[in-house]
Formats: sequence, C-alpha cells, structure tokens
Amino acid sequence: MTLPLPNIQEPQPITTPSGQVELRAVTKRYGNGSPVLEDINLSIAESEFVSIIGPSGCGKSTLLKLVAGLTRLSSGSVRVAGVEPVRARKMMSFMFQDATLLPWRTVQRNVELSTELHGVKKAERAAIAGEMLSLVGLSQVAHQFPRQLSGGMKMRVSIARALSTRPKVLLMDEPFAALDELTRDRLNEELLRLRAEGRWTGLFVTHSVAEAVFLSDRIIVLAAQPGRVTYDLPIHFSFPRNAELRLRAEFEEAVIEVSKNLRGVMERRKEGKEP
Amino acid sequence: MKRRIIDIISAASVCAGLLVSWRLIIFIFQLPAYLLPSPISVTQAVIQRFPSLLVSLGITSMAAGGGWLASIVVGIIVAIVFAQSHWIRRMFYPYTLLLQTVPIVAIAPLILMWVGTGTFAVGVITFIICLPPVIANTTQGLISTDKNLVSLFLMHNSFGSGLLPELRYRLQLLWKLQLPSAMPALFVGIRISSGIAVIGAIVGELFAGSSRVGVGGLGYAITYANAQLQTDYLFALVFFASGLGFAFFFLASFLEWYFLHNWHESALSPEED
Repeated sequence: MTLPLPNIQEPQPITTPSGQVELRAVTKRYGNGSPVLEDINLSIAESEFVSIIGPSGCGKSTLLKLVAGLTRLSSGSVRVAGVEPVRARKMMSFMFQDATLLPWRTVQRNVELSTELHGVKKAERAAIAGEMLSLVGLSQVAHQFPRQLSGGMKMRVSIARALSTRPKVLLMDEPFAALDELTRDRLNEELLRLRAEGRWTGLFVTHSVAEAVFLSDRIIVLAAQPGRVTYDLPIHFSFPRNAELRLRAEFEEAVIEVSKNLRGVMERRKEGKEP
Repeated sequence: MKRRIIDIISAASVCAGLLVSWRLIIFIFQLPAYLLPSPISVTQAVIQRFPSLLVSLGITSMAAGGGWLASIVVGIIVAIVFAQSHWIRRMFYPYTLLLQTVPIVAIAPLILMWVGTGTFAVGVITFIICLPPVIANTTQGLISTDKNLVSLFLMHNSFGSGLLPELRYRLQLLWKLQLPSAMPALFVGIRISSGIAVIGAIVGELFAGSSRVGVGGLGYAITYANAQLQTDYLFALVFFASGLGFAFFFLASFLEWYFLHNWHESALSPEED
C-alpha cells in the first residue's frame, strides 16, 4: 500500500525575493522598545524608482538605513538582490542630505573615494571619476576643493561619487532638501537622465511631494508613530520626463492627490486615531 | 600694502611709547638699576652677553621643543587609542584631566628625583604640561567625525568580516577619514601647548636648569641673574623667553595654516572667503 503523495508544495523560504529590494514584516524599535517602523512590507522591482514620503518622525530615514544595512532591524527581513543588506553593500550607494564631501580632497579625489574603498586600482578609478564628472557636467572643476563649489555643485559631486561604483541600488536620504528650489529642480532632471543611463533601482526619501511625483514610478506614504506603509501610489507619467512635465495640469493633479493622502495621514495622527 | 605700513607704524609707536614711559618711570621715581634697569642698560646687557644668551636660548629651545614634539607624538597616539571605544575613554580620560590639574611646580622636584637634572628632565616637565591639551583636542576631533561619512566608509567597506578585516577597516577609517577630520582640532591642541611649552621649560629650569655650574637654559640663567642682582640681564632673559614663546606659537600657527589653508574654514583669511 502506498500512501498518496501529499499534495503539498515545497515550502517556500520567506526570504525568497521577488523584487530587487524586499522588506517583509519589518519592525524596528528604539532601545526603549517604542517602535519606529512597524510591519513594513515593501517590494521594489529592479530599476524601479520609489519615493518614500511622510511626516517627520515616521522613520523614513531609518527605513533607508535598514536597506543599507547601516542599522539593525528588530524583526522581519530585508533582502537586497536576494541577500542580506550587509552582504549586498557592494552593489549599493547612499546619498545623504548634505554632500558629505571630504574637504581636504579635490573634487576628483572625492569622486574617487567610493571606488577607492572598493579597492579599485588607481588608474582605473581616476578614469571612472573623470567619466562620472563629465556625466554630471563638472569636469572643469575636477581639481578644485569642495569649499570653492556651490551647494548644487557639491551635490553633483556627491551623485558622481555614488554612481562611480556602478550601483544596482541607489539609496537617497533627502539629498536635495538643503538646496534652493531651482537647483533642486535641475538636479531632479539630471537624476532622471542619469537613471535612464545607469538603470539602477532608486529609493528616495523626501519631504517634497512635487519632487516625489516628478521622479518616481511609485510613492510610498508612511504614517508616523509607528511608521507604517499607508499608501502605495503609482505615478503613471511616461519616461523620459523633462522639465515641461511640471507645467502640465496632470502633474498638478497628481501632486494634489498625493498631498491629500499625505495630509490625511497627518490629520488622522493629530486626532489620535489609528491610521 | 598701504594698510600694512599703517599697521607697522602703529605697532612701532606703541613700542616707542612704552619705552619712553619706562624711562620716565625710572626718572620720576628715581628707581635704582637693580629694581628697574633702563631700556638702554637692558640693550647693553643683551649686546655684551649675547653669546651666553644664545647658549641659554638654545638649551631652553631644545628642552621646550623636544618636550613639545614628544607631547604631540604621544598625544596623537593616546588620542587614537581613546577614539577606539568610549569604554577606554571612560576609564582613562579622567586621568588626562588629572594630569592637567596637577601643579607642575609641585611635581617638578619629584621628576628631578626620578630622571635626574639637566635638559632631559626639563623636556620631561615640558612634555607633561603640553600633553593634556593635545590629547583632549585630538580625541575630540577624532570622535566628532561626520556620522554620515563614517556610514559612507562602512557602506563601501570591502574588507569583509573577521578580526583582521575589521582591523584593516579601522585603519582605513582612521587614515582616510578620522585623522584628516581631526587635523583642525589637533592643531588647536598644538597651538595651546606651544604657548605653555616655553613656560613649562622655564619652570623646569628653575629647578633643574643645569648639569654644569654657570651654564643652563633661560630659566636657570634667570635664577642666577636674580641671585646676582643683575636685573638688566634678567630683563634681557625675560625678553628672550617671551620671544621664544612667541616663536613657538608662530611656528604652530604657520604649520596650521600650511596644512589646512586648502580646505578648512578657520584657516581661511577673510578676503579669500
């Protein structure tokens, strides 16, 4: 007598990724036990650009640091290209709110830093840095020091440094927040152009709805205390997008739509109701 | 250029005014030379005893310079160790402060008993009082490195995991990020200790200036001139001592400018910015 084979599939390990960046039931608590992020589920496909927006204190930056493997999660799992973030660091780059350049290094040597830390040989990394600088239009200031540059130029150097390692995933923590609006718009356009060339996956934290709409395939709206995914809004404008998009009525509508959602999240919080 | 000339003239006129009032005070109060010698007799003392002044200056420079240099080297090493963990800082940092508050005049005789008299002992005393500012400032500089830059180094860390890779990563972080970031703070420490190096050396020499009778550094010569009531020579020695202190300070400021003028805000002249 043979037992019928149970009609059960091989159990799938929950760590099997379907996206380039995969967060499952991610919870992060502070040392005192109060949650920063609670039950975050998020899947980001390869070469997708996703913005994360939400009130301050919703753990946007913490989420980015979790993906970067710069902070430890309390429970759940984070996978980047199927492996733990710490093991995927080599394929990621991180951009901070300020340019975080080394003031004692020239622009060229600043761009070389990321490849230098990866152990790339001197001649090769110089070549890459030169290429990246021309890509962001800064070849002529390669031998100047950061203090001689404007805020927008410094940020461009930071972009060039981040892209020098040819990352698969680019993590950006409000990279343009400190810039004036005009510069920010210009850098947004540039970022889209660079993405079209580099085909990396983008995870972008911002406070600006318009910026998020302009850049993203998808916008994730987080609620605060604890941070959790409240809305997952696709943005349907086709690529390539250019400055002209901002003037279109549909763009305005999309910005209003997202803003409403964001406001909803914030008001519910004010009234003390659970979102 | 014109402004510089005005600067020089105004500084020089203050100097002339001081010299004139110095002479006037002696005249008005009829002070004897052993209480307050005239500017002219001090100048004469400088000229007549120039060789021995130079010898004293040389001995004090060596002791002060040696102690200062040693304090910089040791201070940097101690600061690097302190920067590795806050446990190390918690355990040992209070003793650095203790070192700073110990009255050097009180422990100088002890040091002489331990290491003997002479230039080396004076160097040790200088070293002890120069060390705390270097340690304190450099440690502060090393641990206040931009957190985001540390994250950047961590993200691009390509050494892997394990004890040796961890060590190599720490060294890389230290060499490429922490030490350069700490340079401005280090130079603040160096500048502060440059001022006290000469004071330390002279205090040391008051106790232990000479290994041979009659030959010694400025501090030793000061006690000698004082005992002999050679007040004009005493004045000459004091001027040389403060000149030496100024030279040390100038050297520290120049080094700071030389290493930092390319990038650090505090080293920029206002016109450049």
